[in-house]
Amino acid sequence: MATITARGWGWRHAGRREWAVRDVDFDIADGEHVLLLGPSGSGKSTLLAAIAGVLGGPDEGDEAGLLLVDGRHPTRCHGRVGLVQQDPESNIILARVGDDVAFGPENLGVPRDLIWPRVWASLEAVGLDLPLDHPSGHLSGGQKQRLAIAGSLALSSPTGGAGTSVLLLDEPTANLDPSGVVEVRDTVTRLARERGVTLLVVEHRVDVWASLVDRVIVLDPVGGLLADGEPAEVFAAQREALVRAGVWVPGVGSGLTPLPAASGTPVLSGERLGIGYVADRPVRTGLAVDLPRGVSSVITGDNGTGKTTLALTLAGLLPRLGGRVVAAPDLSPPPRRGRRSRRRPSATGDDPGDWTSRELLTRIGTVFQQPEHQFVAGTVRDELAVGLDALGWPPHRADRRVEELLGALRLDRVAAANPFTLSGGEKRRLSVATVLAAGPEVIVLDEPTFGQDRTTWLELVSLVRRMLDEGRTIVSVTHDAAYIAALGQHRIDLGAA
Amino acid sequence: MNLLARTNPVTRIVLATMISLPLLFTLDWVSASSTLAGELLLTPLCGVGIRLLARRSIPIVIAALLGSVTMLLYGQPGGRTWWHWTLITVSDNSARLATAICLRVLALGIPAILLFSHVDATDMADGLGQVFHLPARFVLGTLAGFRMLTVFVDDWRSIGQARRARGLGDTDRLRRFATMAFGLLVVAIRRGTRLATAMEARGLGAPGITRTWARPSRLGRPDAVAVAVVAGLMALALALAWWAGTFWLVWT
Repeated sequence: MATITARGWGWRHAGRREWAVRDVDFDIADGEHVLLLGPSGSGKSTLLAAIAGVLGGPDEGDEAGLLLVDGRHPTRCHGRVGLVQQDPESNIILARVGDDVAFGPENLGVPRDLIWPRVWASLEAVGLDLPLDHPSGHLSGGQKQRLAIAGSLALSSPTGGAGTSVLLLDEPTANLDPSGVVEVRDTVTRLARERGVTLLVVEHRVDVWASLVDRVIVLDPVGGLLADGEPAEVFAAQREALVRAGVWVPGVGSGLTPLPAASGTPVLSGERLGIGYVADRPVRTGLAVDLPRGVSSVITGDNGTGKTTLALTLAGLLPRLGGRVVAAPDLSPPPRRGRRSRRRPSATGDDPGDWTSRELLTRIGTVFQQPEHQFVAGTVRDELAVGLDALGWPPHRADRRVEELLGALRLDRVAAANPFTLSGGEKRRLSVATVLAAGPEVIVLDEPTFGQDRTTWLELVSLVRRMLDEGRTIVSVTHDAAYIAALGQHRIDLGAA
Repeated sequence: MNLLARTNPVTRIVLATMISLPLLFTLDWVSASSTLAGELLLTPLCGVGIRLLARRSIPIVIAALLGSVTMLLYGQPGGRTWWHWTLITVSDNSARLATAICLRVLALGIPAILLFSHVDATDMADGLGQVFHLPARFVLGTLAGFRMLTVFVDDWRSIGQARRARGLGDTDRLRRFATMAFGLLVVAIRRGTRLATAMEARGLGAPGITRTWARPSRLGRPDAVAVAVVAGLMALALALAWWAGTFWLVWT
């Protein structure tokens, strides 16, 4: 018997003219493990939300055709289907691990004495061996996603009755480091094998799930399905379309030749550097790092080893907790008389932490992990002009530079749009463009490829290579093996946590 | 000895209300100062250390002083006038008002510290849902949003660093704050939407189902004792004011 059935199903969000998904037909049987693919904008997340029964009623949009879970409309079978979203932070609901798992059964009206056995069973099933009152905020990304899976499992009774459950995973590992990816993948694999959980996974990085899925469904952005079948068949037949859709098809690499290892005189270095957010609790002390000029350096290491902290400290955005950050004389601003810094007086002015914000702008640019944190203006065009404005560029010169960047980063089509409304790839390109605008010599990128599809990934890597060709110095915090292979000329490994 | 820890968190709301109401409707110094004295005597039973109390009291003390100075200078004049200059009139009446305000801010602020310094948000939500029977969607939505606050602290820091990196960190503090606040708002709405989806996917608000609660939240003897103690304290304070002849209702 089919667990999930779609017949000519479609959904149009309220107030939109285009259908997010339309004319979709499939049957997913109990215990099948399905990978759902499609270009961004083809409605993968909408489909998952619909199956999870969280798309809302008629006032949220129009529904066409039929979508059934166990023969019922998804909004009427709460407890059968669990949904895990991409951002681990928004999958956690309550402050304590046990309470978070208990949240679902409570909502479904499970009697109190039956809730806690379910909580224990679910935590055990995902291998989270933690006290029930452990703070959920202290978990790693991988643990948070496993907790979310446990919360979904707890929705159905472990002893069956309603049958095995359905797990919908919407890019569950896109925001995780490699060990978190493995953690989640292994947990899901075990659940699929041992409990016969029905799986529907959305993920750009196919290789993560390749060993587990037995079926691939590809959504066509104009409606219907591009492909539906055995993974090997689909990848062979739809290779071109999938690659164009940004999917990392197995066997299709990045096509980039790795850059040779390189070194050189440092443009920026840290000596006996202490880093962290709180003065009496440094994350690391005594670090010695050099960023060779004109070279792409990568900062790697497990989560919690201070990669981002180190990058932000070198970038002059986070006060150092000890030691020194030294910029090469030609990178440092000319000394000002009576120089008094915001943070501490400096005689030489070679510490980026002491520079003014404007001095920093033309010297060290930083691309943040979440592009949204960077945006300050109402349109893409204004966003690019912000830094030039702060530097006091005359408008005609600034306009020319902005046009140049809009063209170079393919943002001209959205020049008048609000930055917050852009797609993920466009946001990423814009965040890089804002930094490039002021032409800084050193560019810091924090997890630039996190959660990006292949298309955006390739664009980003070629962009960084172009910056290198212009003689800029690049330093990237990353977990991404392909990125390290393509851009890891100089490696700064912070090791294990 | 922490007697308060044995009470239900919602009892603390009741206690705070019991202390507030009489103080808000009276203006004399005896009722407020005896309430304050009683609160300080009860401090050891509330599980709040003297140092924590002192540290958290600082803003309350400042507010009390500011409020009373304002009252002293600008309060409704009456009785003898001690000093007069333009709009400022210091009189018997304004002095009495100043004392009343100072003592009241302290007598209202101190118990807030004593009662709510160690409240666990989840326990409070359990109480609001099970004892006060507030709608579960409202209580749990607030609780989950509360947890998000810690995430917003990190967002705010990143947003601030991004402003510095983009050349906007030097001047115009007010405008910077405004754009940062807007940025945080957008990020917060995004997170909130995803959180709402996660909660709905786990069955919150499922139609036709009466929600259960995994953690029991009940009222018991300690709650009755706490209410009785505070009721006694407030009655005593009002009686003392009556007996001393200072009792003064707001509208008289």
